[in-house]
Amino acid sequence: MSALTDPHRESFRLSMLLSDTRYRSYTFQGIALAFLIAVMAFLGANLLSNLAAQGLDISYEFLGSPSGYDINQRPIEYDSQSTHLRASVVGILNTLIVAVLACVSATVIGVFAGVLRLSNNWLVRKIMAIYVEAFRNVPVLIWILIIFSIMTVSLPAPSAFRGEDPDSSLLFGAFAFTNRGVYIPAPIMGPGAWFVIGAFIASIIGIIALRRHAVKVLYDSGKVVKTFWPSVALFFLPTLIVFFLLGRPIGLDLPALKGFNFQGGIQLRGSLIALWFALSIYTGAFIAENVRAGIQAISRGQSEAAAALGLRPRRIMNLVVLPQALRVIIPPLVSHYLNITKNSSLAIAVGYMDVTGTLGGITLNQTGRAIECVLLLMLFYLVISLSISTAMNIYNNSVKLRER
Amino acid sequence: MSDSHAQSVAFVRDTVIPESPPPALETGVVKWMRSNLFSGWFNTLLTLAAIWFVFMVLSVVVPWFANGVWEASDIRQCREIMAGSGGGCFAVIADRWQQLLFGFKYPSEEYWRPTLAFVLLFIAIAPLLFSKMFPRWMLVLTALYPFVAYYLIWGGTILAPLVALLGFVAGYFAYARVVRRSFAGAAAAGVVVAVVVWTLGGYVSAAAPGFMAFEPVASREMGGFMLNLILGVVCVSLSLPLGILLALGRQSNLPVVKGICVVFIEFIRGVPLITLLFVANVVLAYFLPPGTNFDLIVRVIIMITMFASAYIAEVIRGGLAALPKGQYEGAESLGLDYAQSMRLIILPQALKISIPGIVNVAVGLFKDTTLVSIISMFDLVGMIRGPILASTDWNGVYWELLGLAALLFFVVCYGISQYSQWLERQLQTDHR
Repeated sequence: MSALTDPHRESFRLSMLLSDTRYRSYTFQGIALAFLIAVMAFLGANLLSNLAAQGLDISYEFLGSPSGYDINQRPIEYDSQSTHLRASVVGILNTLIVAVLACVSATVIGVFAGVLRLSNNWLVRKIMAIYVEAFRNVPVLIWILIIFSIMTVSLPAPSAFRGEDPDSSLLFGAFAFTNRGVYIPAPIMGPGAWFVIGAFIASIIGIIALRRHAVKVLYDSGKVVKTFWPSVALFFLPTLIVFFLLGRPIGLDLPALKGFNFQGGIQLRGSLIALWFALSIYTGAFIAENVRAGIQAISRGQSEAAAALGLRPRRIMNLVVLPQALRVIIPPLVSHYLNITKNSSLAIAVGYMDVTGTLGGITLNQTGRAIECVLLLMLFYLVISLSISTAMNIYNNSVKLRER
Repeated sequence: MSDSHAQSVAFVRDTVIPESPPPALETGVVKWMRSNLFSGWFNTLLTLAAIWFVFMVLSVVVPWFANGVWEASDIRQCREIMAGSGGGCFAVIADRWQQLLFGFKYPSEEYWRPTLAFVLLFIAIAPLLFSKMFPRWMLVLTALYPFVAYYLIWGGTILAPLVALLGFVAGYFAYARVVRRSFAGAAAAGVVVAVVVWTLGGYVSAAAPGFMAFEPVASREMGGFMLNLILGVVCVSLSLPLGILLALGRQSNLPVVKGICVVFIEFIRGVPLITLLFVANVVLAYFLPPGTNFDLIVRVIIMITMFASAYIAEVIRGGLAALPKGQYEGAESLGLDYAQSMRLIILPQALKISIPGIVNVAVGLFKDTTLVSIISMFDLVGMIRGPILASTDWNGVYWELLGLAALLFFVVCYGISQYSQWLERQLQTDHR
């Protein structure tokens, strides 16, 4: 029998490339490869002849020449004499600023709305459902434009803050909402400020150590160590004591009306606020759905079993439901972070100078180096996406359910 | 024992007391409110905050609508009529609705054509969306729709779409004759026959450009919400087959094919759509043979289709991966080859699982069509940002216009997502 099931080995013939499944895959791959090379060669030849016809070439030397344009939000030193490369770096930093800000606030909004959608309060549940549906079903570009026009049209001009009895006044005497942006106080670091910051960091470390200690004591002896009030005390007291002992080394630079505009403080431009806020509430609606789905994905038996063990509702949430829900929530959450980063390229619609506005916008238009600029732009986004998704894969593997 | 008391009992009730109503606090509206709105101090606080919030929103929105002005020639007249009552200046919509829907270059006496195409769209997709309620032959209408829609929207001679249709029909018959012997051969035969018909028919339609012709409208004259709809419908329908191919390629065990698909998908998914639109706008021309000049709208359709197909491929890959391995093995054990097993066994099931995901991608894509306004195409958002807000008549009417845009998109996207949820319930074959 075994002789029958074991086919005798034929020597290779050319026709087997088509008829034999063992070799046919090579044929297909060969065709695919040849097709790919042909397409590449076609596109490359077109590119070369088009460039030659227009007397152009591919070169990145323009990155070293002066940019000649200004950027209104500069996280690093930059002026119109700086190079295009520096302009791109400023753009990249601006992209990262708005992306990080929006990721944080979208998470907060999303978790908040997602939990409230499961609230047992009917009215709150409905409001949150309306919020989620309204924001998920309208393009983010429209939201950016709507919020940008709130910022530029509906807010008062700085001149409205002038005079004895102004139309508008500073919120808490420190925050100015104007159509040129929002002005917030800036911290002034006096001598000794670093001690205060150091004390603050030390107290955070202290709180973490205290909680670890509490868990250890609980596991070793079963005694519950109260941590809430000690944590609160640790959070505020050391920093405040150091602050006042050193004679208030950190002051606030309040925005004040000088001339036609506000001086002092930090100016958050309307474009930044519009982009930040629109991206956060738009993505927040998506995150809310994820959070809700994640919590609902945990079967009821889990929380009932926890209740049967005698855990209190908060502990059921913290110890049983959330750790399992996070496994469901986090992967889509990270892909929403990626979406925020990619959607932040819509900054160009409101004139926020992110990397799409500098490298893909003004630099491209000034130098005419379309291919190089778009290529660099894509490369930047690709690097961000791929590095985040690599990190994500590592995380996914680490939390994967290990089944017996 | 009980007997001894018989005489001392003064009264024995011999009828049942009628049921008294439940306590007022535990029934009807009151009970519902107590359990849903006011159960505990925290919930009460939340309810009060929510009521306050709703009141604040309504107190702005209601007067805005109630005092709205619908008839005015420009914003100054609008403001005069309103006289500071805080209403909306909806006159801009009454004045410019054609531009918002059709763009500012589409000939106004031809508006009925895209409108008819839009109405026909519903007839065409109904048998696809509600396959149980419509007979199968109606799918023929769906297949005819692209050609009818092209003829209606772009105009020109009827011969052009007719030849295209004939090519597909001839190709299909060639395919159907050969498919019994080999799938690959049949596909090749179909393509060859179709190309031959198109080439021959091209001469015919070029010879008679006026035959049953509507007034031709160039692609660059499309605009407004119509452009969003065209881009959305065209790109989604083109990207679906492409996405299926990419997903199959990514699952394939041929390393070269798999590599190409993975690189393509990951590259497209890693970059924002706006950079791909930049490619369509300024870069793509460099990669085409010298002298060819595509319309911007065609270039944009190519790039958006590539973008959408990468996302759809990922959704379908999820569907393929979710199928139990037994299905693949079962198909193989029946002696089906790769094409047959995919066509008859794997894809029908995998696509069914991935429908909700595909619909999500479609909704996202439709929303993303607004991005073309950034490369200065005049879609709905582009019309608002460009010609209308920049005109002296309506400079400053933000809320009404952007609100209308939001409303239009909301209606379409919410409708699609409700349909997808309905379909998910329909397709649920496991009994839970």
